[in-house]
Amino acid sequence: MKKKLSSIRIVRFLKTASLYIIIYAFASAVLAPFIWMILTSFKDMSEIYVYPPKWFPSKFNLENYINAFSAAPFGRYYFNSVFVAAAVTLGQLITCSMAAFAFARLKFWGRDVLFFIFLGTMMIPYNVTMIPSFMVLYWLGWIDSYAALIVPGLASAFGTFLLRQFFMTIPKELEEAAYIDGATKLQVLKKVIVPLSKPALATLSIFTFMGVFNDFIWALIVINSETMNTVQLGLAIFRDRYITQWDLLMAGSVTAVLPILIVFFFAQKYFIKGITLSGLKE
Amino acid sequence: MFQTGRNINKKSYKRGDFLSAFLFLSPTLVIFTTFILFPVFFSFYLSFHSWNMFSGATTFIGLENYTRMFQSSEFWQVLGNTAVYTIGTIPINMALSLWVAHILNKKLVGRKFLRTAFFAPVIISPVAAAVIWRWMYDPNFGLINYSISFLGIDAVNWLNEPTAAMFALIIMGVWKTFGINMVLFSAGLQGIPDNYFEAAELDGAGKWAKFWHITIPMLAPTTFFILIMSMISSFQVFDIVYVLTSGGPMGSTKVLVFYVYEYAFKFFEMGYASAISYFLFAVLFVLTMAQVKYLKSKVYGAA
Repeated sequence: MKKKLSSIRIVRFLKTASLYIIIYAFASAVLAPFIWMILTSFKDMSEIYVYPPKWFPSKFNLENYINAFSAAPFGRYYFNSVFVAAAVTLGQLITCSMAAFAFARLKFWGRDVLFFIFLGTMMIPYNVTMIPSFMVLYWLGWIDSYAALIVPGLASAFGTFLLRQFFMTIPKELEEAAYIDGATKLQVLKKVIVPLSKPALATLSIFTFMGVFNDFIWALIVINSETMNTVQLGLAIFRDRYITQWDLLMAGSVTAVLPILIVFFFAQKYFIKGITLSGLKE
Repeated sequence: MFQTGRNINKKSYKRGDFLSAFLFLSPTLVIFTTFILFPVFFSFYLSFHSWNMFSGATTFIGLENYTRMFQSSEFWQVLGNTAVYTIGTIPINMALSLWVAHILNKKLVGRKFLRTAFFAPVIISPVAAAVIWRWMYDPNFGLINYSISFLGIDAVNWLNEPTAAMFALIIMGVWKTFGINMVLFSAGLQGIPDNYFEAAELDGAGKWAKFWHITIPMLAPTTFFILIMSMISSFQVFDIVYVLTSGGPMGSTKVLVFYVYEYAFKFFEMGYASAISYFLFAVLFVLTMAQVKYLKSKVYGAA
């Protein structure tokens, strides 16, 4: 009896152990490109072009980063990307919370129909609106400017929807007290609703920032001078120019990936919430 | 001005509210009209015209853009490539993400770390990801050829042979996106009540029986949702194609959005490009309607 019990235990232990081995092996495989990128970015060419591949560099030198930053103005690209992403995020926080307030709290004729149309726009694929949007910017004379990168992103159906759903859960009593004290609607939004909606606003901010920072196709279309490049566009051009210079390319990739990875590490739940809510894809 | 509680009657549809609603909505309405509503109609209009954007010359040519598209062998190749990419990624993607979500649903040591690891490819920029994978696929020094050499497979010239390039794109596509589906499947799995499994255990159901007869059927709505979403996004793949293969070699990885991009922004044939994008819109519309129908049945059908 005792013997049988211990053999069951052994089988169970082996099963658990193999499960751990498989899932951790798979996780390592998924992470391998990241690790490989980071390690390569510290190697010099003689250590990159070796077979079989060598995992670790003999010494960690930062030369590739210095060379990459002098081969292309990555500093400038960075500024552009962060500036544009921050502007779009801030803009969306304002426009989306205003629109969400209207849909959640104001009563007006045609509200539900309008909201339905709003949701409908989420289903319009990007590539259908891309050509005329480019033309609008061309007519406005905004091609190759920050405005071209920022303005079309200043409103979001997803963001409006997300905030509206959240605003609906806030009890109305708080606002009524503010109205009785003579507050205007804008003040109620600013002083009562926004402070109570931090989790939703954080989800929207992180999600928007990530989306804009990682965006490629729009920058590819509307930007054509080097000083206006975003990090992603700059990296894509860099890869055309230094096609097999893996030392520089990996250093460039690390810089393009790092900020988002760091934010992700600290604010993972907001990313996941955003993904679950939108089902949005790459 | 005050609205008392939740029982709002007709009277409260006042002009004051209408005006402030208009003001609150106006920034969004301006952007949407300019960059979504106008473009949707204008690109439909464009698709029936020959349009030179710099001279501004427009000629109505009826269905010519569409007939040209359907008669172009390149279009059919591109459509085929897009279909192969979609059909290639989705089954692997869904099987992997369900498997991982299922395992992470158990109490494992380091579960949080594992979830972060599987989700990391989703959040990084597709451009950087594709640059990294170009290096992974390097025929002489890349990690992929090195890894498969242990399985006795000869070095493959991944990005320079048509079939291999599509395969390479599919593998990278799965790597980049399966984390999304993992999160969605996890949410679905957590929605299955524990007592279903407990009841099955009392009836003597084993692990596989529980998986096939409870987990799989209970996940059907999630699975359908993921399937449609994956099809919609796979049909629109662009960034990773642009950087990983640039549509090559010999057009073997050129996909629909890439084709639209080329005609619109390399050859500036806005009319033809609009026709292609409207074709893509039609395909996605059918898929979206399937999804809407499902969402409706989920939201209203349950009540």
